[in-house]
Amino acid sequence: MPTIRRTKVEFEGRIEEREVIVEEEHVEGWTQDTQMRWVGRPLSRVDGVARVTGKAGYTHDVHLPGMLIGRFLRAKQPHARITGIDSRRAAALPGVHLIWHRFNLPPVAHLDGRELFGEELAYEGAEVAFVVGRDARAVGDALGAIEVEVEPLPFAPNLAAAAAEDGPAVLVGEDNWITPDGDIYARGSVEAGLREADVVVDLTFTTPTAAHCCMETHGSAADWEGDLLTVWHSTQSVFGTRSSLADALHLPMDKVRVISNYIGGGFGSKWGAEAFTLLAALAARELGRPVKAVLDREEEHLVAGYRPGSRQRVRLGATKDGALTLIEQEAEVTTGAYGGGGPVIGGPAKDLYLCPNVRTVVRAARANTDGARAFRAPGYVEGTFALESTLDALAHKLEMDPLDLRMKNYADESPSRGEPYTYKGLQRAYEMGAARFGWPPQADAPAAGPWRRGYGMASQIWGGGGGPPANAIVKLSPDGTAEVLVGVQDIGTGTKTVLAQVAAEELGLSLDAVRCVVGDSLPAPFGPGSGGSVTLASAAPAVRSACREALRQLIALAAIMLELEGADPDAFAVEAGDIVYRADPEKRLPLTQVTAKMGNYMIVSKGARGPNPDDKAINTFGAHFVEVAVNVETGQVRVERVVAAHDIGRVVNPLTATSQVYGGVLMGVGFATTEARVIDPDTGLQLTANLEDYKVPVMVDCPEIEVLFVDVADTAANSVGSKGLGEPPIIPTAAAIGNAIFDAVGVRVTDLPATPDRLLALLAKEKTQ
Amino acid sequence: MALNFRGPDAVPLTLQINGEAHQVLVEPRRTLLSVLREELGLTGTKRGCGQGQCGACTVILDGETAYACLTLAIECEGREIVTIEGIAQGDALHPVQAAFIQHDGYQCGFCTPGQVVSAVALLAHTPQPSEAEIRAGMAGNICRCGAYPAIIRSVRAAAETMAEQEG
Repeated sequence: MPTIRRTKVEFEGRIEEREVIVEEEHVEGWTQDTQMRWVGRPLSRVDGVARVTGKAGYTHDVHLPGMLIGRFLRAKQPHARITGIDSRRAAALPGVHLIWHRFNLPPVAHLDGRELFGEELAYEGAEVAFVVGRDARAVGDALGAIEVEVEPLPFAPNLAAAAAEDGPAVLVGEDNWITPDGDIYARGSVEAGLREADVVVDLTFTTPTAAHCCMETHGSAADWEGDLLTVWHSTQSVFGTRSSLADALHLPMDKVRVISNYIGGGFGSKWGAEAFTLLAALAARELGRPVKAVLDREEEHLVAGYRPGSRQRVRLGATKDGALTLIEQEAEVTTGAYGGGGPVIGGPAKDLYLCPNVRTVVRAARANTDGARAFRAPGYVEGTFALESTLDALAHKLEMDPLDLRMKNYADESPSRGEPYTYKGLQRAYEMGAARFGWPPQADAPAAGPWRRGYGMASQIWGGGGGPPANAIVKLSPDGTAEVLVGVQDIGTGTKTVLAQVAAEELGLSLDAVRCVVGDSLPAPFGPGSGGSVTLASAAPAVRSACREALRQLIALAAIMLELEGADPDAFAVEAGDIVYRADPEKRLPLTQVTAKMGNYMIVSKGARGPNPDDKAINTFGAHFVEVAVNVETGQVRVERVVAAHDIGRVVNPLTATSQVYGGVLMGVGFATTEARVIDPDTGLQLTANLEDYKVPVMVDCPEIEVLFVDVADTAANSVGSKGLGEPPIIPTAAAIGNAIFDAVGVRVTDLPATPDRLLALLAKEKTQ
Repeated sequence: MALNFRGPDAVPLTLQINGEAHQVLVEPRRTLLSVLREELGLTGTKRGCGQGQCGACTVILDGETAYACLTLAIECEGREIVTIEGIAQGDALHPVQAAFIQHDGYQCGFCTPGQVVSAVALLAHTPQPSEAEIRAGMAGNICRCGAYPAIIRSVRAAAETMAEQEG
């Protein structure tokens, strides 16, 4: 019987208490010693052929009969008041079906409570008008023919301008500071931490505004069939999109179907319905034809979010033997005109080390740009860079090995929660990584040319424990094939494959007899969005639970066939495709022989994710070891080698897990060395709204990457023993690179990205001192 | 070269794609990418940027890789165009495709068609590329998911398979 329980779930650095309906079929957890046939193997993806032949259908590829194209006209100023729009000439152009703007569209509630087509345009790229036409050409011609009158307003393009006394108002009538006092975490006291310290290191940092740069730009296609709205949306959350669309359009939830079969990258930027989703749906209803609206690359940079740049100060205090007495971290960010309170930059500071006195503050201000969004380990990437760089500086000041300093302050239980971890494999990750990398590094032979070599490391902590709610449905057919329906989506991490592995394992079927359906809200029961690294740890136990229920039904049938009717279902096991009576293993039946008995009938079962354990913290941990080469003449930094060691509990698929680590490392390399959104302070316009000026790593920038997993099942966390991996591998990368640069050339990079001009300036300054 | 002005209205074109002739009626301003995707339903070729910066739209034109987003369809008359849909022979995958699956040379998969096409063209020119040649030859294809190490491994494995098949 379902009951309601409270459980704690960590999401992107914040702990939530949720009331959840618990209906989990009790499933015995897989232990470290459980013999596995499918789980733990480096298996190729189940949808690999579709991916390599071009048959995988993304939202961009949706094409329906009669489909029209929609696109926004966007503000070309950072801040303005709109006074008039003349769209008559545009509307008369061939192939134009509809033009909507603030003077001809009755106000519709915007998503997130903001009015669509409002009077105030608070950032470059703000929506001015929506054009629907026959094709991209017709729409493009019309966009160019719309005349817009605006009255420019003063703007604040960055933190300095927004925070200045008497600075311009980012939004008319609103305070520029969103959280003037800041989000504060504190334990102990800063004064005590300073008093007890023999050594204090105090550094300031800046981190860049970083763009997600999804290869598939954001987009949606909408189609109405009677009162049923179907939306294809490139999203990390089909159910989040369903609820936000139903809310914005005042539709019953069961009249909204959201499909996201293949998603060309998200990294935190693709959540619920967006303005183009809403307008595509409204226009499709108005015109009686499907409408597709996708962003182009420039719009992707202007309006699809970013990791906010930060200014930070970190103060660390320690005794002579390296025991931390103080961690203090202050950060300021701008989250855009309509952004939120800022990411949890202080997350690592409060939890990575044992320290009695910790204080973190994050203050967020507005600026005349679009809103910041979650971006792969929001807050933790920028927070870890500053914290772990300062810790490295402390190690040098104490003349201690940086890894020894970390072990000296190792936290066996969660410092912020005062509760034990379900499992913490960070020490093991340190040991594995150090052994593979060769740490502590040996001194290099004196360099002959301009290149200097250096070695650095950094640690990471993240959530990734997942939790309820998440459901699964299993349909088992008479031929012994199973369909597993889960309301999650595969954003490229391999979710479809790993959930199929889990189902095949539990059901005792071969992997090719299991088909996992994700990314469609109509057939699937609820599943969480793919964020916070929660997908696997949330959904896989639900899949196990549903499979276990299907097996119970099958076992009841098998018991009859084996003339053991009424026997306890737990008296049977599934071994290599057979249902076996434990007391007498001779009594066994191939599972498919049982299903064949069903006739044209289907076993249907459902399962749910159970609650998280009470009074325990579930976290992932890892350490990166990095080798760099720095050219002292040109300032160029080459990241040459990365050893990444991670504790994520049980690894369901080492092949796809390794790919996730590659991705996190590469994104960290970009963040540390080349990536930065640039806004011209004079015009307030973005200078980097493309993939040439905003430079993400390409293949020549790719270091040698070695991936290691502790791979110990976290049996206390959930019935599968796995935790998430999407975010952890980006977190320590930039700090480890910065620390390696210091080791190479003796200058501390405190402003990212570590571009050649910055390196040369630091080296020149070092020389004169 | 004789100048042959046509347009600006739609003009008939014959395009030779994956060994098959296709007749289309399109404006001269249309890119090869938009004609492949919108007129012919060949949506395997992706539009990542539309500006020749990402490589997701890579096709093979007369044996050389080209960005379909920077190529006008009208320039392609009389030329052999190979897209991702023409890489496999029926159900038989090209060794590059098989290697991408085996080595997980992708994550979200959106850039993958372009990566595969670039790798096929690279190996046609340089059957046994060094790692440096792979990196340089594939540098025009961005993978934001960062699958590069697995892509390098895939290209090497495909080169070996193709050498064995040749030998």
